[in-house]
Amino acid sequence: MSMTETPASSVAPSVDERADDVVRDGYFGRFGGQYVPESLSGALAQLVDAWADAQADPAFEAELDDLRRNYGGRPTPLYRASRLSEEAGVEVWLKREDLAHTGSHKLNNVVGQALLTRRMGKPRVIAETGAGQHGVATATAAALFGLDCTVYMGAEDVRRQRLNVVRMQLLGTEVVPVDSGTRTLKDAINEAMRDWVSNVDDTHYLIGSAMGPHPFPTIVRELQKIISVESTQQFTDQVGGRPDAVIACVGGGSNAIGSFAEWIGIDGVKLIGVEAAGEGVGSGRSAATISEGREAVLHGSRSIVLVNDDGQVKPAHSVSAGLDYPGVGPEHAWLASTGRGIYVSATDADALHGFRRTCELEGIIPALEPAHAVGWLLRHGCDELGEGAKIVLTMSGRGDKDVDEVVEVAGWDVGVAKAFGEDTGAGS
Amino acid sequence: MTPVTVNGSEQIAAAFERAAAEDRAALIVYLTACFPDPATSRACFEAAVEAGADILEIGVPFSDPMMDGPIIQQANQHVLDAGTSVGEQLDLVRSLGHLDVPKLVMTYVTIADTRGYASFADELADAGLAGVILPDLPVPEADAWLAEARRRDLATVFLASSISSDERLDAIGQASSGWVYATGLLGVTGVKSIAGDITRDLVGRVRARTDLPVAVGIGVKDRASAAEVATYADGVIVGSSIVSAAADGDPAGAPARVAALVRELREGVAANR
Repeated sequence: MSMTETPASSVAPSVDERADDVVRDGYFGRFGGQYVPESLSGALAQLVDAWADAQADPAFEAELDDLRRNYGGRPTPLYRASRLSEEAGVEVWLKREDLAHTGSHKLNNVVGQALLTRRMGKPRVIAETGAGQHGVATATAAALFGLDCTVYMGAEDVRRQRLNVVRMQLLGTEVVPVDSGTRTLKDAINEAMRDWVSNVDDTHYLIGSAMGPHPFPTIVRELQKIISVESTQQFTDQVGGRPDAVIACVGGGSNAIGSFAEWIGIDGVKLIGVEAAGEGVGSGRSAATISEGREAVLHGSRSIVLVNDDGQVKPAHSVSAGLDYPGVGPEHAWLASTGRGIYVSATDADALHGFRRTCELEGIIPALEPAHAVGWLLRHGCDELGEGAKIVLTMSGRGDKDVDEVVEVAGWDVGVAKAFGEDTGAGS
Repeated sequence: MTPVTVNGSEQIAAAFERAAAEDRAALIVYLTACFPDPATSRACFEAAVEAGADILEIGVPFSDPMMDGPIIQQANQHVLDAGTSVGEQLDLVRSLGHLDVPKLVMTYVTIADTRGYASFADELADAGLAGVILPDLPVPEADAWLAEARRRDLATVFLASSISSDERLDAIGQASSGWVYATGLLGVTGVKSIAGDITRDLVGRVRARTDLPVAVGIGVKDRASAAEVATYADGVIVGSSIVSAAADGDPAGAPARVAALVRELREGVAANR
């Protein structure tokens, strides 16, 4: 996968033009919109208003800032990964979202939307989750704010992310396994949408990625922007100048849009999103939406989607439950179409290699999602970005949840059998 | 056979007028295309019309049907698992040309969008369809589709909800053709029962904004609920319970089961007038 395969770049609109698009009607260029049943129109209008009110209210930002610092553990460090740098041939700075409370970037979005839920006077939140990181973050915020919480999770993901299921349950959340369709993230979103359509009066759908109908892609981007608000300042303070590239993994795209947001307007900083290619682009077992998809509507917005010629959504595949999604947020589709964003992919094998080398070289067990970004960097970074290039890579979550699955899928002998006996192998 | 181009809105209007002339609400019956198989599906549509359906809604399955509850989801998934294409479903529609009722496709916008709105409008019109219902295409996003639908004289039925603002209901009344689809509850198909007072109020709000007939669907499932809705709406839409009738039992008996239910519903829509 070479960066030169991405769509030819055209002149990107200025940041001001882009803001106009968003403000005018919830579109990023031709991507976005509100393709939802009429029964959700009121809830989306209410959310647009609540978000506008919150942004105009200094108390909202103050409370969010307090929660981020004193509850969430922000700012997260920008850490120079020296041994990984040596192996990659580029200078790697990890933005350590894995060190935030709940173990991923997901809490950034969840705390903000929980505050909005309270402002709207709704007592209940629902969420979808793939890897379980967003579900855990939502369950956490629900406990903190005293909200009822139901999380929908594909039955296949319940199996492969058992640890996070138990965490959600401990936090008082009802986890509903979804057995329809492909039994993964997209089906969990369908089921959450059905719940929302049915209970819209008292329920906020706390969408976990920068996707869905307007205003979700904008709200999630603004709440995740804290990643790059911090990283721009930290890079200036710790390194100086600007990085050559900012790299993040992309499923729906929330950590990536948050990692990119403050760099979009800074010339010369490449923005590289790494999608999950599963068994490879073209294999039919992939989740590399921007590389392989086409323009279509999924889950409330027009974006790029893996669909067949008949209009049916194709099953995605990735070793990572969090990237195993056949769509992508509309702002990423727009960044790809303008050439401002560069979207590449990493296979399951690349990701497992990135996972293992991050463990061995840095003493960091990464989530499988950012392991895709590391895997791409190890394989292509030096060639594509030049030796010694300065890179900010978002380590979007930690990998405790993944260890059983990784050891089973990769078939690594790390001594599990020796420690626990032959009959209790990982993943059982 | 050369496809006969008909004006979908006029065809639908005539069906509502026939029902009104008989002092009853129109009965609109939904079935998933090619469920449980193409031959049985064709027989079920024929049985529904024979038993008194005034208008047919033909469901074209989509992989991610966010407005549908478990009954229609499972029927859709069954048809998708059998590998039936949209083209084959439209073949089935063409084979129903002898049924003298308006036929509309109900599907999701992704199906229309991926094929291209212009091509999709051509395919529907050439198959003899009178119109389309796309529940995830609300009026503010519908301009591009409406241009193609009007080019081929296809009616586009929009959904109205009890939570729709007055401004949105104005727009729905203006953009709809055929009828306005008032949703009988906040929810997906085939799960809960209709919320009577809220729906009656919604129908009144819609009526104030359009000359089109107003039909109620989602939550209507049997003779009693059809009779109740028929006291205040021009049409009654029934889907999940009919799909259940087709699904529950051996396929050979599906047309008879569908016919039996449709006869009850037809009695219902005439009962309280």
